[in-house]
Amino acid sequence: MNYLTRRLLTFPLVMFGVSVLVFVAIRLVPGDAITAMLGTEAGLLTPEQKAALASYFGLDQSWFTQYARWIAGVLSGDLGLSVTYGKPVLDVILDRFPLTLQLALMAMVIALGTGLPLGVFAATRNGKAADLGVRVLAMIGQSTPSFVVGLLLIYFLSVGFGVLPAMGQFVPLWQDPLTNLGQMILPAITLGFAFTASVTRISRSAMLDVLSDDYVRTARAKGAPARRVIWRHALPNALIPVVTLSGVEFGYLLGGAVLVEQIYALPGLGRLVLEAILQRDYALVQGTVLFIAFNFLLVNLLVDLAYVALDPRIRLGGN
Amino acid sequence: MKLKTAGKIISTIALAAMLGTTAFATAASAATLRMAWSQDATGLDPHKQTAFSSIRLLELIYEPLVRLDDKLEIVPALADSWAFADNGTKLTFKLNPNAKFHNGAKVTPADVKASFERLLDEKTGAAARANFLSIASIDTPDDVTVVFNLSQPDVPLLAAMAGINAAVVPASEIEAGSIGTSAVGSGPFKLDKWEPNAKEILSTNKDWAGGKVAYDGIDISVLPDETAILASLRAKQIDFALINDPLVATLVPNEASLTLNRTPVLAYHVLQLNPSRAPMNELKVRQAISCAVNRQEVLDTALLGEGRITGPLTMPAYQSDPETFFCYQQDVAKAKALMAEAGKADGFSATVIVATGEPATAAAEAQVLQAQLKEIGINLDIKMMELNVYVDTWLKGDFDMAVALNGGRSDPYTMYNRYWTKAGNLQKVANYIDDTLDSLMQQGRVETDLAKRKVIFAEFEKHLTEMAPWIWLYTGYTYTGQQKTVDGFVSSPTGSLFGLTTVTLKP
Repeated sequence: MNYLTRRLLTFPLVMFGVSVLVFVAIRLVPGDAITAMLGTEAGLLTPEQKAALASYFGLDQSWFTQYARWIAGVLSGDLGLSVTYGKPVLDVILDRFPLTLQLALMAMVIALGTGLPLGVFAATRNGKAADLGVRVLAMIGQSTPSFVVGLLLIYFLSVGFGVLPAMGQFVPLWQDPLTNLGQMILPAITLGFAFTASVTRISRSAMLDVLSDDYVRTARAKGAPARRVIWRHALPNALIPVVTLSGVEFGYLLGGAVLVEQIYALPGLGRLVLEAILQRDYALVQGTVLFIAFNFLLVNLLVDLAYVALDPRIRLGGN
Repeated sequence: MKLKTAGKIISTIALAAMLGTTAFATAASAATLRMAWSQDATGLDPHKQTAFSSIRLLELIYEPLVRLDDKLEIVPALADSWAFADNGTKLTFKLNPNAKFHNGAKVTPADVKASFERLLDEKTGAAARANFLSIASIDTPDDVTVVFNLSQPDVPLLAAMAGINAAVVPASEIEAGSIGTSAVGSGPFKLDKWEPNAKEILSTNKDWAGGKVAYDGIDISVLPDETAILASLRAKQIDFALINDPLVATLVPNEASLTLNRTPVLAYHVLQLNPSRAPMNELKVRQAISCAVNRQEVLDTALLGEGRITGPLTMPAYQSDPETFFCYQQDVAKAKALMAEAGKADGFSATVIVATGEPATAAAEAQVLQAQLKEIGINLDIKMMELNVYVDTWLKGDFDMAVALNGGRSDPYTMYNRYWTKAGNLQKVANYIDDTLDSLMQQGRVETDLAKRKVIFAEFEKHLTEMAPWIWLYTGYTYTGQQKTVDGFVSSPTGSLFGLTTVTLKP
């Protein structure tokens, strides 16, 4: 059985595990959809009223029945109905997912577009002032939480310049690309900030390793131009750890960036799942977490496949 | 890739970033009020929703028979006039003949009857039903008259009817089972679009029988972070905002183009003791805690002084001078003496439950109280909980003490019946049964003379603070921030945004 087949077979197993875990975990948290809706006023309900609401929210069934119904629905492509939105869970998720995907892609482009050149730049000036500068910057970038970066950006823009992207009234990319990019660029920079720092550090150290390899010395000895040695010979071999990092990070980003989405009021998956948990909207929490887990597994699989393309010496399957 | 290429990428990103900060979106048309709040409505069923955030929205869309004005006086809404008869057992309303629902249908007595029957039906699951149990039957003798026949005199009923939980909805929508999925009210605004936790678009109801609104509609953005709300006000992205956090609200006046409205609210901050648990079952221990607490210090430290010390009754018509209550001035020596008399001279340990972020200042309040009670030997262990977990624990009465922000009502009976009468629905949260309190509540319920009611409830309040099952602290403010181009907003102690109907927008 080759590597790809084995990976594909583990897919349903992991998804099954995730489904059980999220189903049980959300029900173990105290409070339910009734207390989430009514707060302390829930104490005014008579037993008959409680029973009516429990039946409305589907809380009157045993856990086993609830799980069996849900999983049967999932297998037929129905993730259930969100009580908050009054819509099918899948519709709600698919409404939110384009934003999360766009945000993740923009953050990746920013991180790789600035992090890689910075890492290479620092590696080629190892030990010099420029290298030190980049390393200090990367350290600051990595240790500053995204909400601090976000709030500082918002603060300086609104106080210093009296401008801000319109928050709250989000416009999708296909409706008005310019407005959309205006709304998305700050969150993407905020999100990409720490990731840029990680890419810089990883690519710098990977480049340093590769630059000390024999074949690089040979290339230089043959008189190859410095740029060619760096970009053509060394960089492709230094990319493996960057690809690994990017894959994992991208997988996380597809689950939504809760803090950044919260600060910039972006209706993405991260905020969706947070609100669903606070509202105890069980079907929505379960559906969203399952969707995020699926994306994560898929991205990781694609990353593994990308290794082969980057380095033909790697053969998935072990032969 | 060449270094030049990398340089191009970096400059493209920088350019995009600049574009992002300059090509900012869309100034909405001047006739639309752009508004923001941090917590969105959680549903559209006016009978079922009890969260402040939902009620704020629904008050703009639906209407009850009567409403409370900014002085908490009962004024007409769907009903033009009303009167109690037969010793307070009959309440008759005359409806405004011009009132129409958003679907164009007239508001009829049959709609009123159907709405209250839905509210009273246990299958609806409306928590507010508890306030309307005295309604025995409803008659609709003609096109504009509704008569509520009551099983006993119930003076607070009228104030309860002023809440949005008693909204009148179309009987046709009840039959169709669409209450909560569509929002067909008779109020000043129609809900054109609702994306939960993202935005609402409201348009002005040109046929509103309550008057004319001077602008075309309201675009509401949900900005979960209140710092971002303040930034949006500064950047003139929004005209009007609801602000919960006093720390953010107090920064609004720093900006010359902005105005802050602050109005004292009915909701009260309180340290709830659990008198069913030792040693809080000892009167002297509870009184010692009351004496040990410096209410002003908690207010100044946790809430930046943004509030007012209060006894149990927070509605202006019934308020008494807090100085007259038992031990409202901190007296640590007396507190220690009371602890010694109760045999607790060495103090004790207790756990206090606190909801994260509800109110925004809850954790700070708990910390100041912890420091103050330490002085008389009480070691408080602060247990922070997510709101839903807190509510669940609170409803079970499963705590030694609780820092709480409890909602207020315009009538003392409706506000406290749930806790301090023997049959109160939240009696097991209060965990304290007292014949005097129960009897005073029953007297207040049936007394129609306002002056006599005030005397009854003043006595109720005095007794309650002396028995100290809870330590009432203070009431805060409700805040709205706005551009100076927004004129004529009237804020209300209930936190209602109904005052937006009188707003005009200057260009």
